[in-house]
Amino acid sequence: MNGLEGLRLPSPDNFAQRAEGMTGLDKPAGLPIVQRNEKGDRMKTRWSRAGAATAAVLALAACTGGNDRPRSANETAPKREPGPGLGKGYAHDPYPSTYRAYPGVATLVRNATVIDGEGGLIQNGAVLFADGKVVAIGQGLDAPAGATVIDAAGKWVTPGIIDIHSHLGDYPSPGVQANSDGNEATDPITADVWAEHSVWPQDPGFGRALMNGGVTTLQILPGSANLMGGRSVVLKNVYSRTMQGMKFPGAPYGLKMACGENPKRVYGGRNRKPATRMGNVAVDRATWARAAAYKRKWDKYEVDGGTAPDRDIAMDTLRDVLSGEILIQNHCYRADEMAVVLDMAKEFGYKVTAFHHAVEAYKIGDLLKSNGTCAAVWADWYGFKMESYDGIGANLALLEKAGACATIHSDDANGIQRLNQEVAKARAYGRKAGFEISDGAAWKWLSLGPAKALGIADRTGSLVAGKMADVVLWNGNPYSVYTRPEKVWVDGALLYDANDPKRRPVSDFELGQPGSGDVK
Amino acid sequence: MKRALLLLATMLASPAAAQTAGLPQSNTLRDGTVAITGGTVAIGDGSAPIQNGTVVFRDGRIVAAGQGVAVPAGATVIDAAGKWVAAGMVAGFTDMGLVDAAGVGESNDSSANNSPFGAGIDIAPAINPASIAIANERLGGITRAIVSPRGGDSIFAGQGAVIDLGNDIDIVTRARAFQYVELGEDGGRIAGGSRPAAYAMLRDLLGQAQDYRRSPAAFDGRGKDALLKRADAQALLDVLDGKTRLLVHAERASDIRAVLGLTATYPALKLVLLGATEGWLVAREIAAARVPVIASALADLPASFEQLAATESNVGRLRAAGVEVGISTVGANDAPGEHVLAQFAGNLVAIAKVPGHTGLSWGEAFRTVAAGPAAAIGMEAEIGSLRPGRRADVVIWDGDPLELSSAPTQVFIDGRAQPMDSRQTRLRDRYLQPQEDTLPKAYR
Repeated sequence: MNGLEGLRLPSPDNFAQRAEGMTGLDKPAGLPIVQRNEKGDRMKTRWSRAGAATAAVLALAACTGGNDRPRSANETAPKREPGPGLGKGYAHDPYPSTYRAYPGVATLVRNATVIDGEGGLIQNGAVLFADGKVVAIGQGLDAPAGATVIDAAGKWVTPGIIDIHSHLGDYPSPGVQANSDGNEATDPITADVWAEHSVWPQDPGFGRALMNGGVTTLQILPGSANLMGGRSVVLKNVYSRTMQGMKFPGAPYGLKMACGENPKRVYGGRNRKPATRMGNVAVDRATWARAAAYKRKWDKYEVDGGTAPDRDIAMDTLRDVLSGEILIQNHCYRADEMAVVLDMAKEFGYKVTAFHHAVEAYKIGDLLKSNGTCAAVWADWYGFKMESYDGIGANLALLEKAGACATIHSDDANGIQRLNQEVAKARAYGRKAGFEISDGAAWKWLSLGPAKALGIADRTGSLVAGKMADVVLWNGNPYSVYTRPEKVWVDGALLYDANDPKRRPVSDFELGQPGSGDVK
Repeated sequence: MKRALLLLATMLASPAAAQTAGLPQSNTLRDGTVAITGGTVAIGDGSAPIQNGTVVFRDGRIVAAGQGVAVPAGATVIDAAGKWVAAGMVAGFTDMGLVDAAGVGESNDSSANNSPFGAGIDIAPAINPASIAIANERLGGITRAIVSPRGGDSIFAGQGAVIDLGNDIDIVTRARAFQYVELGEDGGRIAGGSRPAAYAMLRDLLGQAQDYRRSPAAFDGRGKDALLKRADAQALLDVLDGKTRLLVHAERASDIRAVLGLTATYPALKLVLLGATEGWLVAREIAAARVPVIASALADLPASFEQLAATESNVGRLRAAGVEVGISTVGANDAPGEHVLAQFAGNLVAIAKVPGHTGLSWGEAFRTVAAGPAAAIGMEAEIGSLRPGRRADVVIWDGDPLELSSAPTQVFIDGRAQPMDSRQTRLRDRYLQPQEDTLPKAYR
């Protein structure tokens, strides 16, 4: 050990090995039965304690009959059961969101510079929101009766920032070993773990990201020690007693994957597979092959019925990736490795939604574009490890120039408080490379881009009528270093106000300790 | 102006030539008198920016900077109208030149976990001026850096140096500029598991150094199990005598108090605090002890139990109490490189507008990345500002140096114009169009 750890806040990415603790996974007591409507919304949940076989019976009423086929001898059911229906063999949402928007008042912010998040900018504009939703933006909007009217002359209004790569709650403050819950670094494939089961909702970092960063939504990912590190979870940045109380309703899950140095170092260092980059891909491929077989079994069962296949919690997640229900969020640095991963995705029939970190993405902007894969990157991190040696500040701008989907990300409890500044820097590097990005367009890197890569762009990420009123009022131009959030609304509820100490969250951990309630 | 451009062109080594030939031998060649006129001048000493100022330097040293400064006859004149002319930034606490890629152990000389030596370690001979970070950060406006070893097997990590980021092999400005010691959580861990153990180690090692002074011949500094080698003992005597500053990493308010109390036993110590996240809780005591701080710039999270009271107002409150402050990337991820310090300083200005916060004026904020760290390390007469006599580390910016949209357009170190490209700009230019052309990228 050296003094580095105390002085630097290691990114969970840089120091994938820092979480070594075993965390035994408790088996669920029963299987929730979730039915979905055509849009995928959760309709109702019932709990069965008898497992999948009962699940099939409970779901019977919802299904039409199956066809007759010979039964295997060991099948215990007295007669042929029709299949339970697609997606209904087991619960796909057993830890459902209990998030409810906090009360807000109809609010008109006017005389502001408004960035709509779709690429546009309105001078002397206004934003009206009510009942938690954006009602309208434009010029000359009238306030409805009883609405709060905020004169924002000299100030800017933007969509709330969305961080697609955070470990808040999983690697919370204080960063003591007892809180180190972000890397289940006990096996290179831990597709069975879910980041949400580690999230500590009292992490003081959530409040900092809200107050100083204007972050209203964030994806919490497992770390990058493993090739398949587990499921991510998307949260509204609202304190709650429970993780479920923060969970973004209806957001798709992600699967965190990692290529490159971290998995091979963590497991190679223990004389285990993978110890090389080729080992990384070999273990991934073997796992995808198993997942394909698992999917075939469950797909057949859900159509044809019969005896339910054995459950495998890890394979559940991979099956959902192969069926497009779960999005791949893939930690990867080097251009050549990203190209290999894109071919692996084609080989097994899944899509890489986004490469994270992707410091060499600028070398393959065309390839990312043709694959429809996003890159979520830092503004200027470089040189901290071998695979980041070629990092350049113009990465984001060159991706934009190539027409590839790109977003900013933090991966850092401090960086998440300044993502607007990171984008400002990325634009400046772009300008140096001869490429201008407008004020309106650049915000897409901060909200709509991440929202798309998280599968929630229909609900948040821009100031479009009907979307969630996730809104930040900045005390100046948010691309300036001299600007800070003045007010932050989540679903129309005012959850931070720089002028009101009572609208400043203090997590349980901080309460009654030195600095409690202070400006941060 | 034309003349200036011509001269600039001759002052600048061709980047390609520099690449091929390696770094120039030294920076002893000076370039006569240069006057930069018409820009907004940021001295770096805490004063407000000066509109339409002039900066004059000669033979590698600042002659004058400010309004109404005459342009000497025969000076090369550089027109900086619409631009800013600022002191080069001094990075407060870095591993620059000691690592190529921090995560690549083979390239990392910042700590020595299996060395029998501690305080005696001197990093100066190991600093590599060709490390890619040097040119990259120079392009971000950093001209000097405080480079420190990190804790290994002893709470004393060794002697750090001050370097310049010039494009030449003559990189060390001051070797053995300070001794670095861990006296918080990290110190406790290194000493065997507790803060009291760290203090026991500190007192024992300093006591042994005094034994060495009394009787070098009798000193058992060569034994296999000796806690203190002779080189360590000599280095600690320099600390005890106040010849070498003692840079102490401490974050918690109570730890800072304990550090300030060391001078009761060791009166000649010249203390400098590093980190000091909870410094604002003991700001008056730090000020009274006249101990400077190289602070975590924006630490606002209770990242550990020794940083519970973290707030971005720490630096402002320390400064308001009269403490000398420089800022650093300590407590932050330094993966962006040290040029991020300009952004950090800008944020200290930003919070001044937020009710309840204590921020800094622009001049004071810029000081935390210029004269502040220089003063903390005892070199304010040499570097860190554009005051007369200082080394001519001057950066011309296309805008406000603390603003995110700004970038340096020309950097001078010791009065010499520096090349304005780096490995990063070359990678950028190679991949402006990602597709291969008639030949692979390797031929571009």
